[in-house]
Amino acid sequence: MNEGHNTHRASDIRIDLLLIANMIPEGSRVLDVGCGDGALLDYLRKKKNVDARGIELSPEGVKDSVSKGLSVIQGNAEEEITHFPDNRFDYVILSQTLQAMSRPDKILNELLRVGKRAIVSFPNFGNWRVRLHIMLKGTMPVTKSLDYPWYSTPNIHFCTIRDFVDLCDELDIKIEKGIGMDSSGSRMLFSSMILSNIFATQGLYVITRD
Amino acid sequence: MTVEKNKIEMDDGFSEVVTLGIDDPLCLTSGECLSSFKIAYKCWGTLNGDKSNAILVCHALTGDQYACGQNPITGKEGWWPKLIGPGLAIDTDKYFVICSNVLGSCSGSSGPKEMNPETNEPYGLDFPVITIADMVGAQVRLIDYLEIDQLFSVIGGSMGGMQVIQWAVDHNTRVKTAIPIASTWRHSAQNIAFHEVGRQAIMADPNWQNGRYFETKNRPKAGLSVARMAAHITYMSEKSLTSKFGRNLQDREKLTFGFDADFQVESYLRYQGISFVDRFDANSYLYITRAMDYYDISAEFDGSLLAALDNTPVKFCIMSFTSDWLYTTEESREMVRALNAVGAQVSFVEIEMDKGHDSFLLECPEMFNIISGFLAAEARFDGSNSDE
Repeated sequence: MNEGHNTHRASDIRIDLLLIANMIPEGSRVLDVGCGDGALLDYLRKKKNVDARGIELSPEGVKDSVSKGLSVIQGNAEEEITHFPDNRFDYVILSQTLQAMSRPDKILNELLRVGKRAIVSFPNFGNWRVRLHIMLKGTMPVTKSLDYPWYSTPNIHFCTIRDFVDLCDELDIKIEKGIGMDSSGSRMLFSSMILSNIFATQGLYVITRD
Repeated sequence: MTVEKNKIEMDDGFSEVVTLGIDDPLCLTSGECLSSFKIAYKCWGTLNGDKSNAILVCHALTGDQYACGQNPITGKEGWWPKLIGPGLAIDTDKYFVICSNVLGSCSGSSGPKEMNPETNEPYGLDFPVITIADMVGAQVRLIDYLEIDQLFSVIGGSMGGMQVIQWAVDHNTRVKTAIPIASTWRHSAQNIAFHEVGRQAIMADPNWQNGRYFETKNRPKAGLSVARMAAHITYMSEKSLTSKFGRNLQDREKLTFGFDADFQVESYLRYQGISFVDRFDANSYLYITRAMDYYDISAEFDGSLLAALDNTPVKFCIMSFTSDWLYTTEESREMVRALNAVGAQVSFVEIEMDKGHDSFLLECPEMFNIISGFLAAEARFDGSNSDE
C-alpha cells in the first residue's frame, strides 16, 4: 500500500500520488484513508496548504506520518471513518486501498458522507494482462504491484473499472472524473471507459454526491 | 502575568521547593482554598530566549519529580530514564524539562504529610481533598513563577496523562501540544473499584489511626502494602505475570501446605508492597487515588466530552498499549474520536506491547520514536517555515 518510502523531499512523491495531488485545490480540507507514511498528505500540506488528516492501519506508517508533523490516527479505516462528522472534509482520498476493504460499497458511502468529494484509485482487474493470465494460465494473477497469492492477500475485493463504474451507478454516486493509469502510474491518453477497462492497470476516479 | 514574590528553599539539596499562593490563594475544586502551598520540582536543560522550549512532565499516582537522573531518596534511576535526557526523545539539549511533585503527594509538595502552616503540625486528613484539576492549577502557578507563558508540550502517562488532558482543557492557551499516554478522559467504575480496595486496606489498618499515625510510632504499613499489591496487579498483564512467574515456586521444591509465599508471584507482590511503604505516605495514597476517581474531564461540561474539547487549539499525540486493561485503547480512542469530531489536531497510536499498563514506564522504542518524531516536527514548525 505504501511503496513510496524514503521520501525526504516533498516533491519526490510517487507519480500516481502526484496525479491525485494535482486534483486538489489550494487550502482544501483533506482526509487520506490509508495514508501510509504520509507522503501525499505531507506534499499537499506543503505545496497546497491543505488541512491534512490521515487514517492508517500500520503503527509504522503512523509513526512516519507523525514525524512529518501530520495528524494521523492509527486504526481500521472502515471503523474509524464512521466516527468523523458529516461533511468534515472537502476531499477524502482512498488510494490503492478499496480492494482491501471488507465492504467497498459501504466505504464509498462513508467517504462521501464525511467528504464533499472522494478520490479513489484501485488496481483494474479488467486489464488485458489479467484477463489473459486467467484465460491462459487458469490461476489468479500475482503481479509485481500485487504480489500476494490468492489465499493470503489482503486485497480481498478486486474489481474492474467497469465494476467500479457500475457500483457508483448503483449507489447514486456521480463520477466527476475518471482516469486510467498505466503501470508507471502515469495518466493514459484515452478517456473511454471501455478502453481504460482493457488497457489501464489502475483506475482513478473523482466521485461526489452533489 | 503577575509573578509573585516567593522564596525558594532548597529541600535537602534534592529538588527546588517553592512556596506559592501567598498573595493569591489557590482555590480548589472542593471550594476550599490553600493560602500557601509548596511545590517541589526538578528542571533539566536550558530555557531558551523566547521561552518556547519548555516541556512539563506529569507523573503518575506514586511518581515524583525525579523523572530522570538519579532519585536522591531511593538512590535509583528516575522513573522515565530512557525517555528524558541528552540526545533522548525528550532531549534535554533542546528542551527545558520541568517535573513537579503533584499537590497531595509526599515528595516535597504540599500534601497530608506536610506541615499545615496554620497549625504547625502535619495536615493529615485536614488537608483538603484535591482533584486532578487542582494538581494542574498548582502546576500553572509553578509555570507562572518560572515566567513561562506557554508550554511547548505537556506529557505524562496514566495519572500524568489525566493532568495532560486537564491542562489542554482548562488552560488551552498555555500549552501548545499534549501527549497523554496510557490514560483516560474519565475514571471508570472498574478503576474506582480497584482504588476503593486500596483505600479500605489502608483505613482498615489499626495503625492508620484515622490518618493521624504521624502522632504515633507506627505507620499503616500492612494496609498500604496490600493497597500497593492489589494495584500492582492492575499495572501488569496476565501474560506478563505468566511469563515472569508462571506457577513457579519461591526458593522451594514443593508446596509447603501453609500460607508462606510458596509462589514466586506472591513473593514478588509482597516485595512490591513492602518496598512501597518505605517511600510513600499512606494518606497521600488516599488523596491521590481520590483525585483520580473524581476525574472526569466532561463533568464540567454536562457530561459532554465534545464540549470539553470544542475549539481546542492544542495539538494532541495520544498513545495506548494493546495489553493495558486498566486504561484501555478503547478509552483513548473515545478521546481521539471526540477530538476528530471537533476538528482538533490529533494523532493516535496503539502500541503493541504485552507488559500491561506499566508498558509506558518500560523500555519501549516505538513510544520513544513517536514522541521524538512528534516533538521534532512541532519544533520545526515553531522554529522556521523551511520545508525540507
